[in-house]
Amino acid sequence: MMEIRTPKTHKAKRVLEKRAPKLVENGKKTLILHGTKTSATLSAVLMELYRLKKGGAIKYSRRNENIRPFESGGETSLEFFSLKTDCSIFAYGSHTKKRPDNLVLGRMYDHHVYDLIEVGIENFKSLLSFSYDKKIAPHEGSKPFICFTGEGFENVPELKQLKEVLTDLFRGEVVDNLNLTGLDRAYICSAISPTKVFLTHCAIKLKKSGTIVPRIELVEVGPSMDLVIRRNRLPNEGLRKEAMKSSKDKPKKKLKNVDQDDVLGKRGRIYIPEQEVGKNPLPDKSKGVKRERREGKLKKNKEEGSASKKQKESE
Amino acid sequence: MDMETDQIYQIDVGNLLAFNPNHRFSSAPSSREELVKECVTEGTKLVQAIADTLFNLPSTETNDGPLVQLPPPTTKLPREKHLPRPKPPTKWEEFALKKGIQKRKKDKIVYDETTDKFKRRHGYDRVNDDNDIPIIEAKASDEPGEDPFAMRLDDKKKRVGKQEKNRLENLKTAAKAGALPSHVQLAVTGLPISGTKTQPKKIGKEALGDVAGLAATSTASGGKFDKKLPGEKPPKKQGKHHKYLPIVPRYGWVDEEKEQTNKVLGKLLSKHSHEILNVGKAINMYNDKKEKKKSGRSDKSKAKKDITKKKPYANKAN
Repeated sequence: MMEIRTPKTHKAKRVLEKRAPKLVENGKKTLILHGTKTSATLSAVLMELYRLKKGGAIKYSRRNENIRPFESGGETSLEFFSLKTDCSIFAYGSHTKKRPDNLVLGRMYDHHVYDLIEVGIENFKSLLSFSYDKKIAPHEGSKPFICFTGEGFENVPELKQLKEVLTDLFRGEVVDNLNLTGLDRAYICSAISPTKVFLTHCAIKLKKSGTIVPRIELVEVGPSMDLVIRRNRLPNEGLRKEAMKSSKDKPKKKLKNVDQDDVLGKRGRIYIPEQEVGKNPLPDKSKGVKRERREGKLKKNKEEGSASKKQKESE
Repeated sequence: MDMETDQIYQIDVGNLLAFNPNHRFSSAPSSREELVKECVTEGTKLVQAIADTLFNLPSTETNDGPLVQLPPPTTKLPREKHLPRPKPPTKWEEFALKKGIQKRKKDKIVYDETTDKFKRRHGYDRVNDDNDIPIIEAKASDEPGEDPFAMRLDDKKKRVGKQEKNRLENLKTAAKAGALPSHVQLAVTGLPISGTKTQPKKIGKEALGDVAGLAATSTASGGKFDKKLPGEKPPKKQGKHHKYLPIVPRYGWVDEEKEQTNKVLGKLLSKHSHEILNVGKAINMYNDKKEKKKSGRSDKSKAKKDITKKKPYANKAN
């Protein structure tokens, strides 16, 4: 007993189409939430992360007691929220004695947990504590520069994963055209030790130089913090391969047997296999034998019968 | 603008991403400010490197500023959802493929021969509208009692119903392959039934409320003292329903109590009272009662308690 349900309004239809899987995807939205307990620094971090990602983030203010990302059963709530809000990255903050100021950054594939990385936050400096000229303050939703420094990002697997997650987090939408006047922010991530990354957010000042390329000056504006790697979970190989699949992986097939001629235009070559007369089965075109025809004839004879013959005679 | 030859940055212009794998931060911790300064200067170099390539790309001038065409990003990041799966062909598509039927584009405006005008194919004032036929000639095969107009409507309903069923089947196969169109949802409306094909009717909110009210008032106190669940609405008429007739009849009004008793008497003493009273049944009931009394309730299976043998405080004495 199934029923087809379609959206009754155009707006609802557009929302559903936006959330559907596509070849070229929308930018990932971030879900920001916290657990049973948060400290002052952690709630400030979550709030500022939300501000940085204003257009593409959703922040939940309630505490969630049943979310434990690293446990097998504790992800169901996260997956449900991800499905409802269409968010594929989440930042979950919690504060416990064993793991103070804990932030779990995770990604979803098809609204199931893909990978997780847990970092501790140290030396947090809020964006309110930075003083700078308000004119250079970055605008909301502008595409940022992302810079990684340090050999740790190449050698240490956890830092590699963190690099990928941070790129995904800060990237925003993938755009074709970029307005050069709208470049006003940069995220600087430096691997100061194999377990620590210094993250800061700067505004860009473009200064005149002799050439077309302006001279860049960075001014720290935003929050800055130290991320200490704690736990992580890599995606399993099969899932990773599936998630990395893209539609342009296979190169387009070369069109064979077609060539362009200047005089004659497009020319094609046809290969006809040798005809073996007598070996191929003939098509069964005995019209009288087909079932539909037989049944149709029977019906016709029954209904019309003598009546039609009378009509024909009268005409 | 990479000055040192061994310091080559990995730049991804599409993502505005730059990575310097060669810088080594001193393990001896210098003061915090110096560390921060060092990070920012390194970052500046990276951003400068990206800006170099960026500003040298061909740009178009617009009102807001120079617009640059970004190359596609080179770092591969995992997708957020699976790739869209190919839709399995519908029953009609399979048939058309087999028979070699090509799709033909239909015009919006069609020539109508009956009125020698061009009319639209669908919508208001359309070609071949079913409602516009004034006369249907009777064929020899028609029976006298049939209404051909009603039959046409019936046929159309059947065709529409068949089409809806086919559409549902096609969507089910698509859902099985994981390729359901994004704006369609298949919802299960009832439990699968074996046996009759009739669907169980879903009880509405009002009907449920009525039934709950009935159940509540069927208690001895009329549902007055029942515990209410959170969110349950108060019953429409609480308590027992008593209808008391007025003792003193109103001036000019009929004495209702008198009328009531008169009515009953009238029915019993009337000419046709034997029709109301089922004499046979009354006789049977009377006889049964008499017989029960005579037999001394021997048909009762329960053993009667012998009260004389009971000693209430036997145990308490010890």
